[in-house]
Amino acid sequence: MFRNQYDNDSTTWSPQGRIFQIEYATEAVKQGSAVVGLRSKTHAVLVAVKRSPNELASYQKKIIKVDKHMGIAIAGLTSDARVLSNFLRNQTMNYRVKFDRQMPIGRAMNTLATKAHANTIRYGGRPYGVGLLVIGVDSKGPHLFEFSPSAITPEYYAYSIGSRSQTARTYLERSFKDFENLGIDDLIIHGLKALKDTLPQEKQLDNLNTSISFVGVDTDFCMIDGPDTQKYLDMLESSVDAMETE
Amino acid sequence: MNSSILKTQLESVTENGTYKHTVQPIVTGSSVLALKYKDGVMLAADCLASRTILAGSGELSDFQHVQTTLKGVMLEEHVFDDDQEIGTKSIYKLLSNIMYNRRSKIDPLWNKFIVAGIDEGEHFLGFVDLYGTTYKANVLATGFGAHIAIPILRKYAEQKSDVLTEAEASEILDMCMRVLYYRDARSFNKVQKAKITNEGIDITAPYSLSTNWDFAESIIGYGA
Repeated sequence: MFRNQYDNDSTTWSPQGRIFQIEYATEAVKQGSAVVGLRSKTHAVLVAVKRSPNELASYQKKIIKVDKHMGIAIAGLTSDARVLSNFLRNQTMNYRVKFDRQMPIGRAMNTLATKAHANTIRYGGRPYGVGLLVIGVDSKGPHLFEFSPSAITPEYYAYSIGSRSQTARTYLERSFKDFENLGIDDLIIHGLKALKDTLPQEKQLDNLNTSISFVGVDTDFCMIDGPDTQKYLDMLESSVDAMETE
Repeated sequence: MNSSILKTQLESVTENGTYKHTVQPIVTGSSVLALKYKDGVMLAADCLASRTILAGSGELSDFQHVQTTLKGVMLEEHVFDDDQEIGTKSIYKLLSNIMYNRRSKIDPLWNKFIVAGIDEGEHFLGFVDLYGTTYKANVLATGFGAHIAIPILRKYAEQKSDVLTEAEASEILDMCMRVLYYRDARSFNKVQKAKITNEGIDITAPYSLSTNWDFAESIIGYGA
């Protein structure tokens, strides 16, 4: 009936030093569709591929605006992500009211990690079954953070989570050193190239399933969906063509 | 605890059981003056009861309470260790929130504050009072100074904040403090000045203003 006797609760250790409930939750992240995040000296970008449950349904939203200077992309349980995005919105709004200033991204991640960690140290609870990529700008420039169910929040130059995200990470590992001085359009194209690699053979990016968002030192958080993404998909295509003719 | 003991301990509990908070401030400091000049912001206060940078007049104990609270906030900021500590603008907003919160409990902190600093390269000079009211200006004064010194500051400093030199700013503040000492029965001729520039904060030791009371001889009824 049970896989083993140490996975009944998120507070139970296995003798090998693992907590299975948390590991299962990170599996939920791997089943969500992929999201890619990357940043330059001036901008941070999130791109995501949306899923639709069937032909008649709409596509599930993947990117959520948190505040003027901050947004998240989700992979995993959408309803858990809603809880966390509401929490982050509260945090950043309260910070604005209290200090008349935008909340530093690292501090927002700290509050999020504290909240998520509490679930894994008390019995009866469960870890959040969602992973986030968080982008934002503060007085130290643009940032990209990951949040995972284990409540660790590392910062990245570029990263990807979700299904088949390893291929995107391979692309990013090869090219992230070029990102530092890129403009916003080039950064988005790199993001889409990485995202494209995560798709199975029969699927491709189109203006229905692609979500793009970015934030810059002098630009508020902005989301692009639907027909507006076509411009970037065209740029992606011509850039891929150019690479193949080389 | 028995309620009659509670009553004797808290003198502010009235006979019908309601609370009476401070309605008359005690240990008040008098004026604080401030002006913006070319290189930064400068403040002056007499030494009855005042602090600078966050300069306050009013109830000294309330001032000390605010000081402790803000010190706690700055300690928390330091503990984040992310090199993104809050600046003057945020302290100003926080102070206004603290003051408005207390006035909403009908138990205000009986002070008027001047917040001065440099935030993201901009010279900042703002005012907060016991209701949480805020405003920013090139010249500010609290207490008796708001009546006596403001016209002088307006005449010599308000429109010149980007050309005024440090020596000129200092001289204008001394002039105002001297006038205040002559005219305010509750002020003292020992004053303190503080300046905030890009180089940092500098608070002077208390010093005395020179005064001349010869004119007093001609006042009928003065002295013996």
